[in-house]
Amino acid sequence: MNCKQPKKSPLLEVCDLQTWFPIKRGIMARTVGYVRAVDIVSLHINRGETLGLVGESGCGKSTLGRTLLGLEKARRGKILFCGKNLLELNRRELREIRKSMQIIFQDPLTALNPKMNIIDIITEGLVEFRLIQGTREDHAKRLMNEVGLDEEAIYRYPHEFSGGQRQRINIARALSLRPDLIVCDEPVSALDVSVQAQVINLLMDLRDRYNLSYLFISHNLSVVSNIAHRMAVMYLGKIVEYGPTGDIIKNPMHPYTKALINAVPKPDSEEAKHKSKRIILNGEMPSPSTPPSGCTFHTRCMEAMNICREKAPQEVKSGKHGVWCHLY
Amino acid sequence: MLKINNITVTFEIDEGIVRAVDDVSFHVDRNEIVGLVGESGCGKSVTALSILRLIPLPYGKIETGEILFYGKNLLELDHNEMRKIRGRAISMIFQEPGSALSPLHTIGRQMVETILLHKNITVKEAWNIAETWVEKVKISDPKEMMFAYPYQLSGGMQQRVMIAMALMLEPDLIIADEPTTALDVTTQAQIFDLIKETRRSHTSILLITHDMGVIWEMCDRVLVMYASKIVEEGSRNDIFSRPKHPYTIALLEAIPKLSADKGRLKAIPGQVPSALDYPSGCHFFDRCPDAFDRCRDEKPKLVDLGNKHRTACFLVKNEL
Ligand SMILES: Nc1ncnc2c1ncn2[C@@H]1O[C@H](COP(=O)(O)OP(=O)(O)O)[C@@H](O)[C@H]1O
Ligand SMILES: Nc1ncnc2c1ncn2[C@@H]1O[C@H](COP(=O)(O)OP(=O)(O)O)[C@@H](O)[C@H]1O
Ligand code: SF4
Ligand SMILES: [Mg+2]
Ligand SMILES: [Mg+2]
Repeated sequence: MNCKQPKKSPLLEVCDLQTWFPIKRGIMARTVGYVRAVDIVSLHINRGETLGLVGESGCGKSTLGRTLLGLEKARRGKILFCGKNLLELNRRELREIRKSMQIIFQDPLTALNPKMNIIDIITEGLVEFRLIQGTREDHAKRLMNEVGLDEEAIYRYPHEFSGGQRQRINIARALSLRPDLIVCDEPVSALDVSVQAQVINLLMDLRDRYNLSYLFISHNLSVVSNIAHRMAVMYLGKIVEYGPTGDIIKNPMHPYTKALINAVPKPDSEEAKHKSKRIILNGEMPSPSTPPSGCTFHTRCMEAMNICREKAPQEVKSGKHGVWCHLY
Repeated sequence: MLKINNITVTFEIDEGIVRAVDDVSFHVDRNEIVGLVGESGCGKSVTALSILRLIPLPYGKIETGEILFYGKNLLELDHNEMRKIRGRAISMIFQEPGSALSPLHTIGRQMVETILLHKNITVKEAWNIAETWVEKVKISDPKEMMFAYPYQLSGGMQQRVMIAMALMLEPDLIIADEPTTALDVTTQAQIFDLIKETRRSHTSILLITHDMGVIWEMCDRVLVMYASKIVEEGSRNDIFSRPKHPYTIALLEAIPKLSADKGRLKAIPGQVPSALDYPSGCHFFDRCPDAFDRCRDEKPKLVDLGNKHRTACFLVKNEL
């Protein structure tokens, strides 16, 4: 654990974050518009807590995660981590804080350098930050054990492992610097169900053992509902609803959240047995470069009213559950 | 209508012989939606491709078995006869619609060419049929969409076009190989609705997926595949409410459920064995919580439990 944040305040607090990508045209590469990938997002994550981030592909989940890590440049906003605003730090300070924040990607193979063996991959960060005490082998073997890999395999290369094992290698690498926060970007989406469950269990065990915080990004609501304490639902670069996982699943308020939950095939729920009526969301998510006026969901919303086309809804909060929708 | 008897498909690669499909038998009746479910690499796509005789030759080979379509063995047809079946009587929808559509031609042109391959009608007539189908799959502006190129469409729209192409010749059987795996759940729900609405009442579907939720949504009957073999077969209700094979049971338990309660999942330990080197007995032997001696040495056969529920496990009707 590297970060000693002030007592009581959350480990991570994001305020009004905005990440836009310029759209360039012509030989002069003039900026003709922006993809508003993350468009004014606020959230927080406490120590030991998992925040699940869900939404359709292209809604801005990865960009949000990458912005936290400094992999995309924020246009405005604040990222308070351990009490410091990451967007105001200089390079040396940032490098130091990077130790405490790691990321795991969906495709474990492309995230691993095929020319490096496992020991090099998982001790790279330790070497860079001069944190090796004893031998590199000792560190590597300890990490391999922690993620349930055979420690004899430290000299093997990524292609010699299965998908699930590769994701364990990524997790070992992310763990090596003893981070406080790990952004997990669709970490099990490329894995088969039987292996998926193993990796989810591993992530939960590690979280509990080291009091880790996760931003757990996934388009799969079922996966998120199993691991996240709280959830945030994202649509077109904005969070439209957040709250404790149980509340969101049992009492979704935003029409978009309702539609998302409804679209998940549910084999053994009572509801499925009666084949209750489906809410099918029409159309597709509009382009984030030209978001609709008012509530950006109004073009697909079954409950849309006149006001929805004109005015952006404000946050309505009750306890730990918040929603942006004119119905409330 | 479709009856597959004991097919085995192998691939010869540098490391040895891959047994991609191992002694698989099943059938699809008229008007049925049959699901073929299993983890990646278990042989689902190869099963589908062998029905259409699209296994890459010469290193891929259908070693044994027969594929009877209305009583005729497809493995004995010549190329011309097979081409007439493909697309017309049996059509296929793939996971990646982008790769199944040509990037060079407009949607309209590709649809018309496919129709003309199988129907002796004028281009104008074919164009009209195509346009009607683009409209049926609920693509807005069908007239305009006929002139669009695939890259101008989203993944969901491309898959709608593929569905239109698969349905427009009114086939008897549609083989859909993970048709919604690349799409969001919201789009998946739209696509499934569309398939249910637009298929002709006697068109059968063989729906291939790794997702038990999809099976629940769509299928009448289910085939569970593990490591190149069908390990269980039954009605949707039997498979979900009374699964008998330890793999089916474990798989259903391993799936994260959409729920308000959190907790560890029941993972299946270990990994799927390599298709280059399957265990000599039951392929699930080293991961099975209930395995006993016999399972190590002998391969269980599918045993009938009544009500068309069949499973390949020595625990069931142990006396046989
Ligand atoms: N590097 C980039 N340049 C331009 N646009 C991008 C870039 N990365 C993502 N986008 C766009 O930003 C939006 C959000 O993308 P992303 O964050 O990857 O969504 P998600 O992870 O929810 O699928 C999409 O419209 C995507 O095309
Ligand atoms: N063209 C091929 N050459 C060699 N092996 C193949 C080929 N196609 C499939 N296989 C092998 O056959 C097995 C079954 O593959 P496949 O049917 O694609 O699985 P699924 O569709 O269930 O994911 C796998 O072990 C795979 O590696
Ligand atoms: S604000 Fe209006 S359009 Fe937006 S989600 Fe609520 S009801 Fe629908
Ligand atoms: Mg993403
Ligand atoms: Mg496949």
